[in-house]
Amino acid sequence: MSLTEQAREVDAPAPGDEIHARRRRQPASWVGAAVVAVLAAMLVHTLIRNPRYQWSVVGDYFTSRQILSGLLQTLELTVLAMLIGVVLGTVLAIMRQSRNPILSGTAWGYIWFFRGTPLLVQVIFWYNLASLYPRLSVGIPFGPAFATADANHLVSRLTAALLGLGLNQAAYTAEIVRAGILSVPRGQIEAAASLGMTPMTRMRRIVLPQAMRIIIPPIGNETIGMLKTTSLVSVLAMPELLYSAQLIYSRTYQTMPLLIVASIWYLIVTTVLTLIQTRIEKHFGRGTGRRPDQGAVRRFGRRAFTFHGAPRVTEGGPTR
Amino acid sequence: MTTEPLVRAERVWKRFGDHHVLRGIDLDVRPGEVVCLLGPSGSGKTTFLRCINHLEKIDAGRLYVSGELMGYRRRNGRVEELPERDVARQRAGVGMVFQQFNLFSHMTALQNVTEAPVRVQRRARPDAEKQARELLARVGLADKAGHYPAELSGGQQQRVAIARAMAMRPRLLLFDEPTSALDPELVGEVLDVMRDLARDGMTMVVVTHEMGFAREVADRVVFMDQGVIVESGAPAEVFDEPRSPRTRAFLANVR
Repeated sequence: MSLTEQAREVDAPAPGDEIHARRRRQPASWVGAAVVAVLAAMLVHTLIRNPRYQWSVVGDYFTSRQILSGLLQTLELTVLAMLIGVVLGTVLAIMRQSRNPILSGTAWGYIWFFRGTPLLVQVIFWYNLASLYPRLSVGIPFGPAFATADANHLVSRLTAALLGLGLNQAAYTAEIVRAGILSVPRGQIEAAASLGMTPMTRMRRIVLPQAMRIIIPPIGNETIGMLKTTSLVSVLAMPELLYSAQLIYSRTYQTMPLLIVASIWYLIVTTVLTLIQTRIEKHFGRGTGRRPDQGAVRRFGRRAFTFHGAPRVTEGGPTR
Repeated sequence: MTTEPLVRAERVWKRFGDHHVLRGIDLDVRPGEVVCLLGPSGSGKTTFLRCINHLEKIDAGRLYVSGELMGYRRRNGRVEELPERDVARQRAGVGMVFQQFNLFSHMTALQNVTEAPVRVQRRARPDAEKQARELLARVGLADKAGHYPAELSGGQQQRVAIARAMAMRPRLLLFDEPTSALDPELVGEVLDVMRDLARDGMTMVVVTHEMGFAREVADRVVFMDQGVIVESGAPAEVFDEPRSPRTRAFLANVR
């Protein structure tokens, strides 16, 4: 073949060259799909036909005031506990990187303790703090106190719940943030240093924004986990979503319908959080030429969650 | 020559554990001079370059940039480490271009070039952006301002990196094997930019394996081996009449 012929520009394969092959048959996957379809149909059938699910009760309570205020309390706990967890966790992660052994050792000890004891125990512990320290005061260490308060008064149910959830979360977040910081290549920090940036500016402007790409997905998972973990503080008689449901069914004995009410709300919020997570991942993934997972569920999510007709990720966007 | 040297290295010594990487480097670089550091890998040339902006701490000797001791200060007759803030200030006057470009991957080309002037020199953003666009135009990348590093070729990334270093209006530019990570067909575009800077009177210290560039652009080439300067002089002298057998052996190999 001559060179000129090779170099000639063509915009389509020659006629008859196109391959129109029949798709490969996959009998095993069809059998599997049939079995799963039958099982799913059975599940749907029993959900509808078994009267003991009492769907009308589910409907009655789904938007009742007590359940909605419980949902609100759950959301509040989730947001505040994650806020404490992320801020304190970032501080702990930076402390662990410190060359000062007291700082890095303290962070290590903190993480060791809070990851090594059950969260339920920690929550109950904080709630009963007053039995160890009846009075709490602010002042000079080992010196005089400026202000003193009754611990029972200060550590309310909400405070105990937030301390338990937040301090525990910080230990997990610290490890996530640390992994994110370590994932930023050394050359990025050196380049920033060579431009005259102080360690503080380097961390804030160069390292943390890039670490976010690694940090966000697990933090998203942790947030979804936290939403469900808040149900633990029902042991403090804290009227969050689960305890609100419990309060109702302890009166009416409609246990299953009310657990279903709570579960549906957990599922709704989890779904919304997952969609938000995908958007945030996309934001922090900029400049990498990589996109968030494009499975069918995520694709649905993106469509359902597009602000002001923003472009879909599958089209345009950065390419290598 | 009466002008004060911009870089003055006196008996600079550096070790990593038991390995002595630099063993008494003496070198002056005058303003406007282009010095190329040559030598086999492991000879210490990159380490020496990184000592100049204190990315590496020296263990002995003295290293001055613009008459200031880099990374240290004398107090009451003792030498002590400078606070980070002062080290940062010293580094701000010395630009560096890396082998692996090290562009900030979460920022566009334009943001890469404006970041340090805005954050470090506290210049107004419009002013910094205007300068950044001029610099990107100068390195031939005016149309790539909005691109992220991952969307640029190696040669383009390295040219952005040069613009980023220039944005701080440095007195001195350090180049650490700026073309070694590039595909052969992209080397030329980066060397062209460096040639242009040299013509403009920029003071440059360049670690390189590009002998053609060193011969053509350098005012002086310095040949290093095993942590010492073996030979230095005008390119014509060193390349055409090397005095040391080690220089001769090295040049015979790279040709």
